[in-house]
Amino acid sequence: MSTLLEGRLGRRMAPGRRARAAGTAVAGDRRGGSDSTSRLAAHLAPWAVPVLLLALWQALSRFGLISERVLPAPLDVARAGWDLAKDGRLLDNVLVSAQRAALGFLLGGAVGFALGMLNGTSAWCARLLDSSVQMGRNVPHLALIPLVILWFGIGEAGKVFLVAIGVAFPIYVNTFHGVRNVDAGLIEMSRTYGLSTWARFRQVILPGALPSILVGVRYALGIMWLTLIVAETIAAQQGIGYITMNAREFLQTDVLVFGIVIYALLGKLADALARGLERVLLAWHPSYAKGA
Amino acid sequence: MGETERGVAVQAENVAKGFGQRGVLRGLDLTIGAGEFVAIVGRSGCGKSTLLRLLAGLETPEHGRLRVGEQAPRAGNGAVRMMFQDARLLPWKRVIDNVALGLPSERRGEAAWALAEVGLAERAGEWPAVLSGGQRQRVALARALVTRPRLLLLDEPLGALDALTRIEMQGLIERVWREHGFTALLVTHDVEEAVAVADRVVVVAGGRVDLDVRVALGRPRHRGDARFGAVEEAVLGRVLGHRAATEGSGVGERPPGERPTEPALARVG
Repeated sequence: MSTLLEGRLGRRMAPGRRARAAGTAVAGDRRGGSDSTSRLAAHLAPWAVPVLLLALWQALSRFGLISERVLPAPLDVARAGWDLAKDGRLLDNVLVSAQRAALGFLLGGAVGFALGMLNGTSAWCARLLDSSVQMGRNVPHLALIPLVILWFGIGEAGKVFLVAIGVAFPIYVNTFHGVRNVDAGLIEMSRTYGLSTWARFRQVILPGALPSILVGVRYALGIMWLTLIVAETIAAQQGIGYITMNAREFLQTDVLVFGIVIYALLGKLADALARGLERVLLAWHPSYAKGA
Repeated sequence: MGETERGVAVQAENVAKGFGQRGVLRGLDLTIGAGEFVAIVGRSGCGKSTLLRLLAGLETPEHGRLRVGEQAPRAGNGAVRMMFQDARLLPWKRVIDNVALGLPSERRGEAAWALAEVGLAERAGEWPAVLSGGQRQRVALARALVTRPRLLLLDEPLGALDALTRIEMQGLIERVWREHGFTALLVTHDVEEAVAVADRVVVVAGGRVDLDVRVALGRPRHRGDARFGAVEEAVLGRVLGHRAATEGSGVGERPPGERPTEPALARVG
């Protein structure tokens, strides 16, 4: 067993070493190299365009074709980020923002999930509540900001509230839709097999609705960041939004751009978490199982 | 024999059930002995599946009386199990957990036994999605067997399978029926299938029992056999003969003289 493994590893290692000797992996690939180099190239391919754009941006700034007031050079942005990270301000503010996001997501998600389950399983509840929820859904939640500031002031509660409102609707819609679309044949089967209401919910309805619910989760994560950015830039004394607004006042474009990069990274992180959740929870699903 | 005691008798008296304006069953009478294997054949929409759903407790009759043993049908009765045309396995449960569905946790070990019964012991850890249609139906059969039912309702469970798999499955169902001695009620549109596995073949037309014959052939049955062919021919003729009656008035009343006599069959009742 171990010799077999070593043999496979050895074979896999060899072309990589050859590629490194030739300079870069890309060079190795161009020579029409073996399996592993082309696999490496496939992994690197998505990064090619961003790296190229960054290099172009750096070059244009360097030669003075882009004014520093308009857009600072990537290296300046990195330096501003490093300065923020060094004295701990970055971590503190990221944590504050992440806390607001998580709290709002949990509260709004719980409400959306509960309502979606209720309306999905009971036609009577759906008739009573769904049209009202749909009405609420069509109000852009960011339009509530002035009202929220009146209600909560500029403290934490208002931001968490806004995130919760924004998150609740996509979770609600997708949970409702997911429950409604659980195969009726499976529900009927679970009746003939004597499953209790709770067992039917846990073993049939919830897993059946899960693919749709997770779509809602990914969508809600996007809304969560969007809402937080807006809320933080309007009224906050801490958080990434506060950093960027502060930077605007002092014309620190490099810090401002760095704040935007942080938002992008946090968004990407949340999306990766949601994908990981899908891979684990939907391992049975043929179209998600490829990774497993 | 101890085996036949495992089965439960089934009785339907003057049962009527309609959907909207359309009456599907109109005063159906049928008695099935404990441990008997009865096949119901008939055209689409003749009410044969409705009868099964009534016995499973998934529908309630408008008129008449239904009995499974001493009790009225009730969904979730552990003594009654149903197989559907599609396997209806939970795709998010492994094969073994599908078989153990509804079993109390202390009896979960029996799922492996049931899976071995249908010859799929080695697929216990797979997701249902990777199984073939025939294998899925075998898992569904194991799931039905695991609680050792006294009545097994089969709602065209082989209708979607290819011809060879279907013959294999018929053999499997016949084998477990003989081993376990439950009462079996098979709804099918395939007359050959009905004659191959059942003790009795019942033709339902116009919402009533139109023909009820005992298949007086030994087991295992051979499809090439002349007597097998004769029985099949007679039942098929009866099913086809009612095209005018079922499509015309919609009410299944026929002149009594229409009943043919089939020498190869022994009429019941």
